[in-house]
Amino acid sequence: MLLKTEYDVIIVGAGPAGSATAKRCAEHGLKVALLEKRQEIGAPKRCGEGLSSRMLDQMNLDIPQNCIRQDIDGCIVVAPNGERAVIDFGKVAGHVVERKMFDKWLAAEASRAGAYVQAKTYVTELIKEEGKVVGVKCNYEGDEFELRAKIVVGADGVESKIGRMAGLNTTNKLVNIDSGFQFEMSNIEIEDPKKIWLFFGTKIAPRGYVWIFPKGDDTANVGVGVGMTDKPARYYLENFVKEYPGLQKGSILEVNSGGIPVGGFLKNMVLDNFAVVGDAAHQVNPIHGGGMKEGTIAGHILGDVINEAIKKNDTSEFALSSYNKIWWEKRGQSLERVQKLREVMEKLSDDDFNSVAGSGISGEDIIEMADGNKLSVLAKALMKNPKLITLAKHLL
Amino acid sequence: MSWDINKDKCVRCAGCVSVCPVSALTFTEQNGIENNPEKCTLCSICSKFCPVGAIKVEKDASKD
Repeated sequence: MLLKTEYDVIIVGAGPAGSATAKRCAEHGLKVALLEKRQEIGAPKRCGEGLSSRMLDQMNLDIPQNCIRQDIDGCIVVAPNGERAVIDFGKVAGHVVERKMFDKWLAAEASRAGAYVQAKTYVTELIKEEGKVVGVKCNYEGDEFELRAKIVVGADGVESKIGRMAGLNTTNKLVNIDSGFQFEMSNIEIEDPKKIWLFFGTKIAPRGYVWIFPKGDDTANVGVGVGMTDKPARYYLENFVKEYPGLQKGSILEVNSGGIPVGGFLKNMVLDNFAVVGDAAHQVNPIHGGGMKEGTIAGHILGDVINEAIKKNDTSEFALSSYNKIWWEKRGQSLERVQKLREVMEKLSDDDFNSVAGSGISGEDIIEMADGNKLSVLAKALMKNPKLITLAKHLL
Repeated sequence: MSWDINKDKCVRCAGCVSVCPVSALTFTEQNGIENNPEKCTLCSICSKFCPVGAIKVEKDASKD
């Protein structure tokens, strides 16, 4: 085995959050192991593959061409009544990426920074001494072995098993999780394959939306996220594919599914010698369900905090709690406002949604609101309808 | 009273594990999703979450 037995940091899960944490720790000169339970990093993917240029800037990533399936110049929002709001930037404003390539590239970047990455290595147990995490028991191809570390990080996605094993309550409340179901489809017709398409409506996707993220002229990532519904997500996607003319004769190349945390951010993400990051810490944007940006930014913050803790030889819960503080200042507060936005949006009837969509809110405003800014724009639009004033107040 | 999973429908996303309020569900590569009946309260949150409708929870009506 190439794995050594002692590390400064062991990170469990090589998604974007785990890889970002590993990369940052390695850049600080720490000895890092990044373990992935699946045999291939990035597969199967968990739903979304859209990244705006703005997000990539915020993530401080210079994405290589081979991760990009399609350049995107805007977004088309289709309201329940079929009316469209078109946001056209007139230039490349984002990409639909190939997660299999992208996640692997992020892990490779961590390895180039000095982290050791290994797939098909499954953590079965945390090793604890005097109640504190001191390492992991893992399994690689049937071989069981133990690794020790000063700090263990749970970046194992929505399931967040590692966090629960350590003693953090990472359970998602049903009200704060969406169910996602997604196809990669080929031989479909996309009216404008340079734009991402979002379809709203209580019949189409209760408390969520259907997306078409083009990956070329006749291929797309087509999926749905729904919350608090009687029927499974699969029902809504299959219905949409049946009804939507451009998709009816398409083929299905890939089926994926998963849970998407859409709120309920953790006040505390650390214990002695331990932290959680990414979906495992519910670090996802509640309005669009995107987690790649949040996981990457949080991983960067966590890497800096871990470095300081290890350099000062104090990896206690108290020392690591500056990760809580910095994350909440930089991201948590904004994301809580986005959660409020989601809570308001999900209470709108189709008629309310139609009138808001038709009220002339600009594309720039929509993008700002999805980042937790300028919620007053929506509040003003809602206040035009006396029935919705209480909802509007929730945003202010 | 029963909890049942259709393993042909299950896509192994393990989202149900993340919503279980009593940590009764576990996921392993070998066995997929498993439920510990001693912990399970049949609250059915897992079946409400499941994206593919693979989990069925029935509370026994005959005892009413």
